[in-house]
Amino acid sequence: MTQPTQAASPEQENLLKGLDYSIVQQCMHCGMCLPTCPTYAETLEERSSPRGRIALMRGVADGRLEVSEDFAKEMYFCLGCLACQTACPAGVDYANLFEHARAEIERTGVLATPRRTRIRSIALRWLFPSRRRLHTLGWMLRLYQWTGLQWLVRASRVLYLLPRWLRELEPLTPKVSRRFTAAEHGRRLASQPTLPRHRVALLSGCVQDLAFADVNADTIDVLQVNGCEVLLPADQQCCGSLHGHNGELELARELARVNIDAFDPASLDAIIVNAGGCGSHMTHYDRLLADDEQYAQRAKIWSEKVRDIHEFLVEIGMRTPTSVLDMGGAVTYHESCHLRHGQGVSQAPRKILASIQGLELVELPEADWCCGSAGIYNITQPEMSMQLLDRKMGHVEGTGATIVATGNPGCAVQLQHGLRRKNIHGTVVHPVTLLAQAYRAEEPETDQNEEK
Amino acid sequence: MTVIEKLQQALGDEAVRTSPEDLSVYAFDGTAILFQLPTCVVLPESVDQVATILTIANDMATAVVTRGSGTGLAGGSVPSPGCIVLCLVKLNRVLEVDTANLTMTVEPGVLTQKIADTATAAGLFYPPDPGSIKISTIGGNVANNSGGLRGLKYGVTRDYVMALEVVLADGRVLQTGTKCVKDVAGFSLRDLFIGSEGTLGVMTKITLKLIPPPETKATMLGLFDQMTDAARTISAIIEARIIPCTLEFLDRTTVACVEEFAHIGLPTDVEALTLMEVDGHPAQVAEAADQIEKIALEHGAREVRRASSEEEATRLASARRTAFSALARRAPTVILEDITVPRSELAKMVAAVERIAKEHDLEVGTFGHMGDGNLHPTFLTDERDKVEMQRVEVAMKEMFQTAIDLGGTITGEHGVGLAKKPFLRGALGDVPLDVMKSLKGVFDPKGILNPGKIFD
Repeated sequence: MTQPTQAASPEQENLLKGLDYSIVQQCMHCGMCLPTCPTYAETLEERSSPRGRIALMRGVADGRLEVSEDFAKEMYFCLGCLACQTACPAGVDYANLFEHARAEIERTGVLATPRRTRIRSIALRWLFPSRRRLHTLGWMLRLYQWTGLQWLVRASRVLYLLPRWLRELEPLTPKVSRRFTAAEHGRRLASQPTLPRHRVALLSGCVQDLAFADVNADTIDVLQVNGCEVLLPADQQCCGSLHGHNGELELARELARVNIDAFDPASLDAIIVNAGGCGSHMTHYDRLLADDEQYAQRAKIWSEKVRDIHEFLVEIGMRTPTSVLDMGGAVTYHESCHLRHGQGVSQAPRKILASIQGLELVELPEADWCCGSAGIYNITQPEMSMQLLDRKMGHVEGTGATIVATGNPGCAVQLQHGLRRKNIHGTVVHPVTLLAQAYRAEEPETDQNEEK
Repeated sequence: MTVIEKLQQALGDEAVRTSPEDLSVYAFDGTAILFQLPTCVVLPESVDQVATILTIANDMATAVVTRGSGTGLAGGSVPSPGCIVLCLVKLNRVLEVDTANLTMTVEPGVLTQKIADTATAAGLFYPPDPGSIKISTIGGNVANNSGGLRGLKYGVTRDYVMALEVVLADGRVLQTGTKCVKDVAGFSLRDLFIGSEGTLGVMTKITLKLIPPPETKATMLGLFDQMTDAARTISAIIEARIIPCTLEFLDRTTVACVEEFAHIGLPTDVEALTLMEVDGHPAQVAEAADQIEKIALEHGAREVRRASSEEEATRLASARRTAFSALARRAPTVILEDITVPRSELAKMVAAVERIAKEHDLEVGTFGHMGDGNLHPTFLTDERDKVEMQRVEVAMKEMFQTAIDLGGTITGEHGVGLAKKPFLRGALGDVPLDVMKSLKGVFDPKGILNPGKIFD
């Protein structure tokens, strides 16, 4: 196992200094980003605003500021929700700045403690880059949940024997799917259209694959209904967004290369993602591998072909379902930050939901405000994460909706936790799942997935 | 004891920020280039704390620079060397909406947008809408007498300030103004504080006038192939005794940048675009809109388009507000001017801006509140290019001189701060400046409040 943080060697260039200076200089500090920043809204501290954070990064790039512990903490206090990028008239590439700032923090090891290093090694270097290990974990969790052990653990308060950080994590464990994506895909090979209009490949994701394989199954279904041949490349790995956002740019590059090889983008019409967080990162493979002679060209093709499922369905003129769905309550839509701000996809999911007859769609106030999930933020910054979740759930309650639709597994897990936390009777679904249900309701007798 | 220790003793250690990180993020405002680290930063949460801070600062003769969200465009809230930054964003309560007297009383850290929204929720209207309305604080608006897109018909911030609570340099608290429409009891100190840029006192409570909202409005876009035609159109509209609420203009460069950001389908093949809005009684609005369209076409407009819905009108106005920031897409450093001329002289001023930019080989994007005669020529440059920066300096002076020669002013709504300070005496003459300095001495004998701003 390699160490996630290499000691900074003097001959190595500070990663923020190494960035094209025009990116650092682009911010003209007008402040338009401030009212859209969740951490600024909660704290009213300039350092916790995008403008403040960019000023700190510029300070490091200019050599005025050290990569101090304070600096590092602030960069990890940022959600990385990218709401500031949507708000920025000047077009500051905050995602790029932010990833380099965190990478620089890991390079210098300013936050390194034995425990933090251990956790990062296990999660970022050992677990997530390996589909086999993720599946093993999935099986273990499945046993834990299906044998009733989870119920016993929760009821017996045995959790209090665990260290606090681990104990607080337990309620966030998502329910593991009964089948992983590959098995779901296998069951659908017979339904591939005979004369496909589009040839697409699906990223199965890591959390999505373990806990929301049914969303992947629904995604395959709606694509097939709309004339797509859906491939599921067997050698694909985690997209690397977790690594890119957490200061492990080299690992993120390795994973990007593996996926480009596994998918062969030139042979596809589109690379489909149904997780906002993954999609946002995947559209940046071109930037990530720009200096890689061997991969730069294919990374560019990759980035052009990545499509969020909602965006793609609207783009190809999806068929409006003819059925009338009765969901037994109104639906409200929460925007995944990396879908809305990272990819600029905002109307497409709403259009899909609106296409379903019988479905009452209520607009969620502050729909594009981060729910506090933000990758692993709910683990690393539980306090702010819960503050934001409470704000979100307050709005959800106000809509009176019993179904919250959202296009990212991280948000889904967080919102499910929010519903339990607030004792709100409701469910969280992916918009595509509702669409799949609507298609299935058209001809229930031919539905091969009736058991769901 | 140092000033930091005294502040810590009075407010608690945590309340006084001194880390290099905290000092760095309060070292600038919305103005290009200017940067100065303060000694410490405090974010008081009550009037008492403000008074305590000022008393300590006055005793120690330490400079205090008051700020809100730091969106100023003339360097007015950039720290003075060695100063305490007094950031008021946490004094952010709406204290009262008085629907009987049509007023609202707020703390200075309330965002302008929140004031507009609160007024709307009460069925009322707060007209001043500076470009940074979404994040600017009302305290900053009053301290700079901010304008906005509706100045032409509705006036500026000053026209809506009824009363103020101000903490003076020595910590005493002063009330000035009332909710009364008429009030001539003594000098209007209130009006002295408005636009004083934090040099006379620190406002801690503001009572604003609200008005009934207009019944309806019509929004139009004028497309012009020549800048001067747009300017002549604006002058002609005013001459025809039509007072629209908004008469905005953007040149080709600005339109391109705004469209790149906002994607709302602005025509990018024009030399000038005017955003024109009339509001009021439906019959009057319809008539005025027709007249404006006719005048624009007579003065060389290629086309006049009408916004089809309220949403489209709002999108257009919001897009216009991003003009300055969007120009930063074109160059690393954007230096914004704020010259204003009598409206009859607009065409001359617009032509002069074009000529001066060309003579000095500079790229300039111009936009502004044409109906107010208020133009924002914006230099698109790079602060690291010293030679070009010198040319910018010269061009700027020439533009100021032209504005003054046409009977105008060097700043319409951004204030003097640091950026316009060198030009103030030339614009005003000796006597007004001397009187201002004498007044400053009365309010702030030790000169601790925002020293070095407006004048030395």
